[in-house]
Amino acid sequence: MSEKWNITLKVSRQKEGETPHFDEYKMEVDPDEYVLDAVERVWAFMDRTVCFRHACHHSTCGACGMRVNNVEKLTCITSIRDMCQDGGTLKVEPLRNFPVISDLAVDMGSLYNRLEAVGARSVLPVPEAEIEKPASTWDPADQQYIRLADCIECGLCISACPSAATSSGYLGPAVLAGAQANGLKRNPELLQLVDAEDGVWRCHSAFECSAVCPSLVDPARRIMNLRTQVFTERFSRLFHKA
Amino acid sequence: MSKPHAIIVGAGFTGTATAHDLALRGFDVTVIERGDICNGTSGRTHGLLHCGGRYAVKDQESAIECIDENIILRKIVPGVIEPNGGLFIALNESDLAYRDAFIAGCQACHIPLEELTPAQALRLEPNINPKLLTAFLVPDGTFDPLRLALSFAATAKKNGAKFRTYSEVKSLILDGQGGVVGVNVLERASNQTHELRGDILVNATGAWAGEIAEMAGASVPVKPSPGVMVAYDQRFVERAINRLNTPGDGDIVLPQRRMVVVGTTSFEIDDLDYVPVLEEHVKLMLERGAELIPGIRNARVRGKYMATRPLISSGSGRSAARTFKCYDHKETHNVDGLVTITGGKATTLRAMAEGTADVVCRKLGINAPCTTKDVLLLSYRQYYSLPN
Repeated sequence: MSEKWNITLKVSRQKEGETPHFDEYKMEVDPDEYVLDAVERVWAFMDRTVCFRHACHHSTCGACGMRVNNVEKLTCITSIRDMCQDGGTLKVEPLRNFPVISDLAVDMGSLYNRLEAVGARSVLPVPEAEIEKPASTWDPADQQYIRLADCIECGLCISACPSAATSSGYLGPAVLAGAQANGLKRNPELLQLVDAEDGVWRCHSAFECSAVCPSLVDPARRIMNLRTQVFTERFSRLFHKA
Repeated sequence: MSKPHAIIVGAGFTGTATAHDLALRGFDVTVIERGDICNGTSGRTHGLLHCGGRYAVKDQESAIECIDENIILRKIVPGVIEPNGGLFIALNESDLAYRDAFIAGCQACHIPLEELTPAQALRLEPNINPKLLTAFLVPDGTFDPLRLALSFAATAKKNGAKFRTYSEVKSLILDGQGGVVGVNVLERASNQTHELRGDILVNATGAWAGEIAEMAGASVPVKPSPGVMVAYDQRFVERAINRLNTPGDGDIVLPQRRMVVVGTTSFEIDDLDYVPVLEEHVKLMLERGAELIPGIRNARVRGKYMATRPLISSGSGRSAARTFKCYDHKETHNVDGLVTITGGKATTLRAMAEGTADVVCRKLGINAPCTTKDVLLLSYRQYYSLPN
């Protein structure tokens, strides 16, 4: 028989035109269930009006990002055991720095627009997919394989980023990471977009993005690398004027 | 003359693909979805872009649909697919006994096939079970489920379709003679109820199809059949790895980003809205998955989940056909204005939409051919940026 916990699920509620408040649901859970399972059960059995976004339930689609006890989490792979105790409270809120559609669902249109603007690749050759695998360690045989990029475009990094909170125009970690993976050498037209106040220079290295990224994209490190690319590109332009 | 208005209930694979097809054929389209895109079965799909090999022996109609649609999807929506192929591997005598039927089946269904020696297979995929006896290379792939649906939805939106998410159908509007003329919808974001009228209602709610049909006094022989899947935190392979045998539990392992996903099981349920992930099924996935890729034993579980297939109940569980069916309820229950599409597989979503749109056009006397085979879909991201 699996272990049972009694917890209070405290859900942020906000319908059109309302100020947000919390509703509390007392539930019996298996601590090894995921936070998303608890939220879905509230909808299925307790309150049909709760709105939340979810799709794949295994960390590949990026739809179910929420703040759980004040930390950005992909709720489909975050176990209840990791976030609270038996008799404890699990507080779930929508991601920050995005407009709330309803309750836990947010409108991430700004993120997708910006990812399109930098041409962030959704699929790419396997050797280029991971930042910690530098070109010198690529297996040439892997060049033939294409895979989905690590970034699942879940928005956790935008929600956690203190700089994104201060400027709604900031491109944000996921977008700058997409530009970095594309490379300025290969895409020189991106220089103007990222070498700007709301581009790489807005980041003040809090590294919250990399701390919350559920998909090992390491946006902070990619932003630092992109700054290097910006300097290299500027420098080479100095000497290659038309 | 104004455009005919089609209301589609459900924004999973069939709903979004049908919206795309009907929008191209000149319909005004409104999609009603009680959650967000793909929150039900479609989002939780295993993600195998089938080449049809799995069905080539016992269900050749499905197998042919799979290979044909596999080729089309690679062409029209490359941004959501890992197109690296797949292997069917034999690990014991029972698997080997399936070999001849498999070859004959694949040939009958024009599925390209190349037999590899164990050494050749291990060169391609060093992490598969080294004790394999033979292997076949096939044109499988994997896809990102949500993005696949969003690509269809984005393109539909570009062509004028409207998506009303977080909107639940509470009842159907009937014309007094048994015909359906619209829906009463609860918008969950505002808690307001609205009426929406159309010329045809397409029930694309998959496993939930019976619930919508019932509101009109019709029924659909759909048998909801959930299966459990487990994601592990290492990308052991570049290709889909299938067990060379009659389809069974846990006999497919797929790569997806830095993970592999083992699936799946098949059982029956009563309550569709919440299906628990059974621990014994999770254990079975480990056992069966580790037969194909031994390293899975040492990997960490990243996610355990389930999805409910909408099987058409011609058989039960694994013996049910995996093809799809579109019901005109005028013919089944003398209910006009209502069409149900169900059954099928993610890989065949475009064909399901084509079949449904054909029925809708025929019912409304509209002569407009399907063009979705040749239309390159927009980026999934555009779904969020295009105005509604």
